[in-house]
Amino acid sequence: MIDLTLLPDGGLGWLDASGPESHLVLSTRIRLARNLAGRVFVGRNSESERESVLRDVEAAARDTVLLRQAARFRLDRLDVVERHLLHERHLVSRELAGLGPEGRTRSGAALLVQDRVGVMLNEEDHLRLQGLQSGFALEAAYADLDRVDTELGQRLAFAFHPEFGYLTSCPTNVGTGLRASVLIHLPGLVLTKEISKVLQGLSQVGLTFRGLYGEGSEVVGNFFQLSNQTTLGQTEAELLDHLGKVVRQVMDYEEQARQVLLRNAPAIIEDKVWRAYGLLRYARALSFDEAMNLLSGVRLGVGVDLIPGVSIYTLNKLLIHAQPAHLAAAEGLALDDADLPIHRAHLVRRVLEDEVGRRG
Amino acid sequence: MLCEQCHEREAVVHLTQIVNEQVTTVHLCERCAAEKGVEGGALPAKTPLGDFLAALGKGQMGLPVGGVEQTPCPTCGATLQDFRQSGRLGCADCYRTFEPQMRDLLRRVHGSTHHVGERYARRGSEPVSMDHLQDELRDQLRLAVETENFELAAELRDRLRSTE
Repeated sequence: MIDLTLLPDGGLGWLDASGPESHLVLSTRIRLARNLAGRVFVGRNSESERESVLRDVEAAARDTVLLRQAARFRLDRLDVVERHLLHERHLVSRELAGLGPEGRTRSGAALLVQDRVGVMLNEEDHLRLQGLQSGFALEAAYADLDRVDTELGQRLAFAFHPEFGYLTSCPTNVGTGLRASVLIHLPGLVLTKEISKVLQGLSQVGLTFRGLYGEGSEVVGNFFQLSNQTTLGQTEAELLDHLGKVVRQVMDYEEQARQVLLRNAPAIIEDKVWRAYGLLRYARALSFDEAMNLLSGVRLGVGVDLIPGVSIYTLNKLLIHAQPAHLAAAEGLALDDADLPIHRAHLVRRVLEDEVGRRG
Repeated sequence: MLCEQCHEREAVVHLTQIVNEQVTTVHLCERCAAEKGVEGGALPAKTPLGDFLAALGKGQMGLPVGGVEQTPCPTCGATLQDFRQSGRLGCADCYRTFEPQMRDLLRRVHGSTHHVGERYARRGSEPVSMDHLQDELRDQLRLAVETENFELAAELRDRLRSTE
């Protein structure tokens, strides 16, 4: 089993709900795509070339401040539960974890992670630098990432074109190589059926949305990842500023939607959130999707002060630990074990009971 | 990801719907999406890149299909046809080899071809001077202090002293 104690916070510091606007925004993530100059991109290179990329980047990282003590995980040497686990912690992409359509890991696929920054190696690009922060914190996430980029860029030669900027395997990432995503909870907009308008509006302002696990993933538990669509023609600061402004606006819409619900249908909302709470407290089997939707209901209840005594941090922890690979790893079960829903319900009951006491 | 309907073909249409206050996303291949009456063209999920690649294939870009399609990049051997299939380039030199096509593509996808963000100054293009080394050590020292990595800070301070 992989040793997640290598990470001081288990790689989960970002969900401690300490960041700004944590009641709406779970996390802020930014990544920078980089490739090494003079080397064939990952899609066309050989196993030995990927190993060489890994060696060179690791050597450079050891010489930096921000990745000097990074924990290292070779995804290509982990079993499927462990790879799922890292993916569920939002530390690696579906592609790096080998959970995509091909269903296998690429040799040389690895992750370096230290505190709130990390590097995915041999993903779609040679390097995917990433910064992850709790709550809505674009500036903080970029500040860390920019430093890692500078430190590694001084020690490695990145592929850079005078006109096009940083060169990436897919032309949709060229230029800054920057993709910033804000993971936001929007139950109010879903309940008032305003969400489709908001999501359509995003594409008109050059932004896009994805599900809980990023590219190609489904929307579960009313969590949406809002991110920039283009990476070229604007500075890093402009891209972040634009995303930040739109996210603020979406947060305002969400708050307004919640006020509308509380004003026009208080009894229905109250019933909805307490019903979700009741099911989580007493259900004996919970599917993942059901648990996520109920947690979304309780999160809304906590956000509008209807449900006292439950912290956002506890809900965040449940969000992570109720996921299939986390449960399977904790209980020593296979990912497709038929009893996972029973274990999930047990975990949720136990955690909520610890939080609010037996009679809460 | 496979199509949820036929479980055979690759899902290319990702449709997010709201039914009974629940947001669901369905992943369908082009054929099943068409059967369900989902018009491909009206879907925001279709990326500009996909449209562009499709246009490239049909020769709508005014590119002579055939010759240019098969010309390999001298560095990695990738062709435009490979790119059209995978959506990924083979190496950094592909951007030079296929420069006209890439410039057109970048304009369509990003609305620009000019990177205005941070410029990368590669180290090693000139010999490292003592001043440069000291500057870098000072930068590292500052960073180590800021991140409260005091053990490393002490080591860097010693290294800096030895160069002075």
